[in-house]
Amino acid sequence: MTTRTMQFRIYRYDPDKDERPRMQDISVEVDEQDRKLLDALTKLKAKDETIAYRRSCREGVCGSDAMNINGKNGLACLTDLEGLEQPVLLKPLPGLPVIRDLIVDMTQFFKQYHSIKPYLINNDPPPERERLQSPEEREELNGLYECILCACCSTACPSFWWNPDKFVGPAGLLAAYRFLADTRDQATGERLDNLEDPYRLFRCHSIMNCVDVCPKGLNPTLAIGKIKEMMVKRYV
Amino acid sequence: MINRIVVGAHYGLKDWIIQRVSAVVMAAYSLFMVIVLLVLCPTTFDAWRNVFSFGLVKFATFLFALSLFYHAWIGIRDLWMDYVKSVSIRLTLHALTVLALVGYAGWMAAILWRL
Repeated sequence: MTTRTMQFRIYRYDPDKDERPRMQDISVEVDEQDRKLLDALTKLKAKDETIAYRRSCREGVCGSDAMNINGKNGLACLTDLEGLEQPVLLKPLPGLPVIRDLIVDMTQFFKQYHSIKPYLINNDPPPERERLQSPEEREELNGLYECILCACCSTACPSFWWNPDKFVGPAGLLAAYRFLADTRDQATGERLDNLEDPYRLFRCHSIMNCVDVCPKGLNPTLAIGKIKEMMVKRYV
Repeated sequence: MINRIVVGAHYGLKDWIIQRVSAVVMAAYSLFMVIVLLVLCPTTFDAWRNVFSFGLVKFATFLFALSLFYHAWIGIRDLWMDYVKSVSIRLTLHALTVLALVGYAGWMAAILWRL
């Protein structure tokens, strides 16, 4: 089995011990079975067990291992080792407080997500089996429900960097449109009211960083555009 | 006062629409003026004055300037909102921006109709 050495530069910071963050140069032997960045990180962790990062499903479903890879947010488990420029620069997601090394505090991110009420609101008594949708109505939810809340998009958004406490962010707004677009939801008016705010929605200036980094290939800018379209429709 | 996050001003859509409409007005005016200047080719002060003596040019220029000022208001306001965290300083800057732009609008109208 052929092996090769890969160089890494990893952001290291332990707020309890370190005065300030530092970059650690470290290398690791990878073989052809190591396909994704997470494989290399697993080996790095075996070499230096003090390196901290989150991971769980290792197949792009849980969204735990989001990090800044060579300057671009992405999931370690979905990023091919092949073609990565070396030394591979690994940093925590930008704009969120660092707990340790590549682990960030996602509280603010989830606070914004919860603020849009990410659940179906329907006050009718539940039918015996299920609330039905036509295939066309269901089609509209494609590209919205697949979000895994990894925070790659929101932490790539300058509007979220400047106002993480007030701007909902691309992930939250994508989820907001997921429920605005759902024909089974009855809270359209309240949802639009909740978003009609110069900070909560209108901080988005459509620079599309979110679309550029989304590891699931989703398009929050398009969803945000559709929310604005719904508001215009309601207004004129 | 306890420092709580307060959002929900319930405005923004109107500004967002106006920003888009004013952008279209400015783009259309730019195109219109290129055509007017290509047709009339003013080279002297009197020729330039002549261009602005047409009612249609005055009308279009006035709309362009109003669009520019409103567009600038939204853009500058967004800058203050992003970068100035102190509410009192932000409010002061908002007021100063509005006052300056309203002043410019009056000044522009005076120049336009004096020509």
